[in-house]
Parts: sequence; C-alpha cells; structure tokens
Amino acid sequence: MSHWIVAPIVLPAILAPFIIMVLRYHLDLQRIFSVAGTVGLLGIALTLTAQASGGEIQVYELGNWPAPFGIVLVLDRMSAMMVLLTAVLALPVVLYAIGSGWDERGRHFHPLFQFQLMGVCGAFLTGDAFNLFVFFEVLLIASYGLMTHGGGAVRLKAGVQYVTYNLLGSTLFLFALGTIYAVTGTLNMADLAVRVAEIPDEDTALLRVGAVLLLLVFCVKAAVLPLHFWLPASYANAPLPVAALFAIMTKVGSYSILRVYTLVFGPDVNATAGLIGDWLLPAALLTLAVGTIGILGAQHIARMVAFGAIASMGTLLIAVSLFTEEATAAALYYTVHSTFAAALLFLTADLVMRRQGGAIAGFAPMAQSGLIASLFFAGAIALAGMPPLSGFVGKLLILDASRDATDFAVIWAVILISSFVTIVGLARAGSLIFWKSHEGRHNTEADPENADELPHLPAPEPNPGLAFSAVFGSLAGLVVLTIFAGPALDYAESTADQLFAPESYIEAVLGGDQE
Amino acid sequence: MEALVASAVGVLTAAGVFLILRRRTFPVILGLSLLTYAVNIFLFATGRLALNAPPVLNKYADVPYTDPLPQALVLTAIVISFGMTAVIVMIALSAYLSTKNDHIDMTAHETVDEAGEDA
Repeated sequence: MSHWIVAPIVLPAILAPFIIMVLRYHLDLQRIFSVAGTVGLLGIALTLTAQASGGEIQVYELGNWPAPFGIVLVLDRMSAMMVLLTAVLALPVVLYAIGSGWDERGRHFHPLFQFQLMGVCGAFLTGDAFNLFVFFEVLLIASYGLMTHGGGAVRLKAGVQYVTYNLLGSTLFLFALGTIYAVTGTLNMADLAVRVAEIPDEDTALLRVGAVLLLLVFCVKAAVLPLHFWLPASYANAPLPVAALFAIMTKVGSYSILRVYTLVFGPDVNATAGLIGDWLLPAALLTLAVGTIGILGAQHIARMVAFGAIASMGTLLIAVSLFTEEATAAALYYTVHSTFAAALLFLTADLVMRRQGGAIAGFAPMAQSGLIASLFFAGAIALAGMPPLSGFVGKLLILDASRDATDFAVIWAVILISSFVTIVGLARAGSLIFWKSHEGRHNTEADPENADELPHLPAPEPNPGLAFSAVFGSLAGLVVLTIFAGPALDYAESTADQLFAPESYIEAVLGGDQE
Repeated sequence: MEALVASAVGVLTAAGVFLILRRRTFPVILGLSLLTYAVNIFLFATGRLALNAPPVLNKYADVPYTDPLPQALVLTAIVISFGMTAVIVMIALSAYLSTKNDHIDMTAHETVDEAGEDA
C-alpha cells in the first residue's frame, strides 16, 4: 500500500495550521511556504499521475480498516488527473495572489488557500460518499474565508448569499446520503455499486429519490441551471485570483457527477438507467444558453467572466450527460481546458479591474494595456472555442462525440450558436475596454495633442513581473494542452475506458479484503 | 414513534424552507438551523429506529442492536452545521454593520469595483 495517495491531503493539511500558528506575522515566510507547498503538491500529483496512468487502481485504507467498513482513498486515472489539474492551477493562482498583493489585503490568505487545496484534492481522491461530503465541507469552509478575503461591504453581502446557498446544498447532500444509506446500508462507493445492482427493481423508488437528490447537489456545485444563481454574484465579488481558483470547484461538481453516475448508478443499473442523462442534458443545454446570454449582457467584466464559467460548465455537462465513453473522454479534455480558460480570464479581469475598474466601457489609457489586451484576447479565443487554442479541440471533440446521440441536432445547434454569441460578447467587451479607451474620455490633465501616445503609467501591482508571469503561466497551460492534445486525449480516452468498466474499481476496493 | 419522527422532520423542513425564503438574513439563518436540525433527525432515523438497544453486535446471543454508523454521521453533521452557523452569523453581522441593512438580496449593480477601492 503506497502512502503517496494520502500525501495531497496531508501536505496542505499540515502546512495550513503551520502557517497560521508559526508564521502568523511573517508574510514573506508565509508566501515562501505556501508556494513551496504548492510546488510540492505539484510534484506529488505528477508522481501519482505517473503511477495511475498504467491503469492500475490503487486503494489506500485509512487507519488500515478494510474497505466497506473504513474510509478508503482511491487513486485511478480520473482522480489522478483531477489532482494534477488542481496542483497545476494552484501554482499560477498563488503566484498571482503574491505578485498582485492580494494576499496582503486581509489575513490568512495562504492558510485558507492550502485548506482549499486540501478539500479539493480530498474530494477527488475519496472513495466514500460521506467522506466526499466532508471534503466538500472542507473546501467550502476554506472558500467562505477566501471569498470574503479583503472585506468590503458588497463582498461581504455576496459572501452571505454564497454561504447560505452552499449550506443549503450541504443540507441537501445529507438528505441524499441519508436516503441512500437507508436503502443500501453502506456509503462506500464501490460497495454501493454492488448493493445498488442487487436491489430488485420494485424496491428502487427511494433509491431513485436519493440518486436524483445527489444529482441536484452536484448540480449546485457545478452551477447547472436552474441552480446556478449563486455563481455570478459570488465569483464576480470574490477576489478574482480566488475566483480563478474556484474554477476548479465547479469541476468538483462535474467530477462527482461522472464518478457517481458511472460507478454507483451506472448506465447498466436498471433503477436509474437513462434517468440522469435525460434530466442533465436539457439542463446543460440551458446552462450553456444562459451563460452565453450572460456574457453578452454583462455590464461588468468580472460578471462577464463568471457567466463565461457557467457557459463552459454547460458545454462540459452536455458531454458528461451523454454517458458514453467517447463523450466522457471529450468531457475530461474539456474539463482541463475550461479550468485554465476560466482562470486565465479571471486573472486578466483582475488586471483590468485594478487599472480602471470593472465596468465594460471606455476609459483613459491604462498601464500595460497592450499586454493585458493580448491576454484577454487569448482568453477570449480559448473560452469561445476558436482555433488555435485547446477550446477548439475540446468543442470539436464534444461535437464529434454527440454525433450519435438522439438529439444531436439540438446539441450541435446550441453549442455552435452559443460559441458564435460568445465571440460577439467577448469582442464587444474587448473592444470597449481596450480600443474605445483612446477615444474621448481622457483624463482632463492629459495633453490633447499627444492623445495617441500612450503615457507610461506605473503598474498598480507591487510586483507586476510576478503577476504577469503567473497569468502567462495559466495561458501556457492552455498552449501545452493544445500542443499535446494527442497524448492528453489518449489519457482521457483510457480514463473513460476505466470509468465505464467499474468492475476493476470495485475489485480494487473490495476484492483484496474478502478473506 | 415513526410517525412522530417523520412529522418532526417534515415540520422542521417546512419551517426551514419557509424561513429561508425570507428577505432578511436573520430569518434565513434561523431557517438554515431548522433545516440542519431536520437533516440531523433524518440521518439519525436512517439506521432504523430501535429503542434500548446497544450499538454493538453480540455474537453470543441474538439480541437487538442499533446501527452505530448513522450516529457517527449525525455527530459529524452536527459539528459541521454548528460551525457553519457560527461562520454565517459572523459574515452576516459584518455585512450588516458595513452596509447598514440586513437584506440578503443584492441589487443588480452591486459589484465590487477594484479601482475604486485602490483609489
């Protein structure tokens, strides 16, 4: 039993209290340890992915309790991939938070950040449904702190809404788990899969209720219409580097949907066969449509990006809801892409907001507007799914995978039209913010003769070099994903293979211990 | 007893949902607490209701026992919901003190504007 599996949870779990208790008044040391911890997490995640890519499913029994009785952590291709994605995303975000001075605006940014990583990694690794709830809570509790980091009246008010909505989601999660436990008598996911398949068809009414309640919970997390209302206000009012990190939190929802509805309530289970996909697909299509309309209508750059995140979740869940191997591989590829695209746009939006505020309108020229405009342009290309970045590959894969679906015409129409509207919306915002800024509304003291010449304004970041390289880091993630689309897709396909053959998962968790 | 427990869960949930739909933060937080009470009782009942039975199996005699797992789950849920209630009370209080109103809804134009903060 390799102990590496528990390392992505233990490392931040030790680091965060250490930072709070020992380094409380030393911001420099906090930064060093936080970055070092994130780099360490990246190293661990790379090791785990290398181990998992062979296809072997590793199980870690906490406290050495055998599987259905104790809690297990399970490392398969999908969980390894998601942990790696978390670590790769966390590094530019923490660097940006340091470079832009966000971590100075309130206390305890770095410990909360580490707790957040702990919760996210735990949610990806756990093989127990109640433990999934606990890790959801860990990541949410940390996110409440991060969301209100820096304070301010509007942010606190948005924080109240965010916490309320998520507490409701947690309550619903407990109702779902209680229902499922009452029917099956277990909460271990592998054991659940065995028991659910054994329940006779006429006794599955309660189980179906539990399955749908659970889907609702994951849809709250994944911001699926009509449960998406928390997202725009929360993400737009959170510190934007935190919103960039939250890009992974919606993916926790889509990950859980993929995990639970391939393993426990798989396509072969009579009780829920077709039930999940039939509900999820229209919801996902509507999510994409509403997200796109939001991009077009937003008056504020952070809200626009938040609606962009909703739209990309819609696209992702369209692929998830088909529950075929090909579509799942496309969904996994798009998961990685949309995480980086959302993070890139949130960080770019933060650069813009520091210079001229968030309204999408013309202003006086801002510092480094050329650099920021090119980052925004790259992010817009990625989000809209135009070539050459990975969004194009991802959307192409999803379109290709939905070719055999019964209502493929609707799926194609919604994805293609929404991509077009996204391009229009982002182009409108980009031209208003970056181009219109040189017409008309100049600072009164600026010399009208030299209106075309950009003044060299100082950057508002304490460390602009670090901040910009962090944003370029998340762009680099997209570029790498595009260049290595072949290997990435191979990995996604073998992951989908593994997901749709849950026997090996069940065997790995339960098999070794039946003495 | 089943009817009593079931109606307790139902009444608490109904009252909780009603309060959550209010406009001010205080009733909403009360509603959240009621909902967590409801879910705690519900979780407790998922191991079936058994009176005066120990939560351990007895391998020497066939005596009734009660399922210990839901009790552990309820304990976890109580701890989490209690802590969360404290957190939301604090956030709601500071939001109330900084905005001078305790409405939970936000107007469409309320969005943090960073440049304004920095200036």
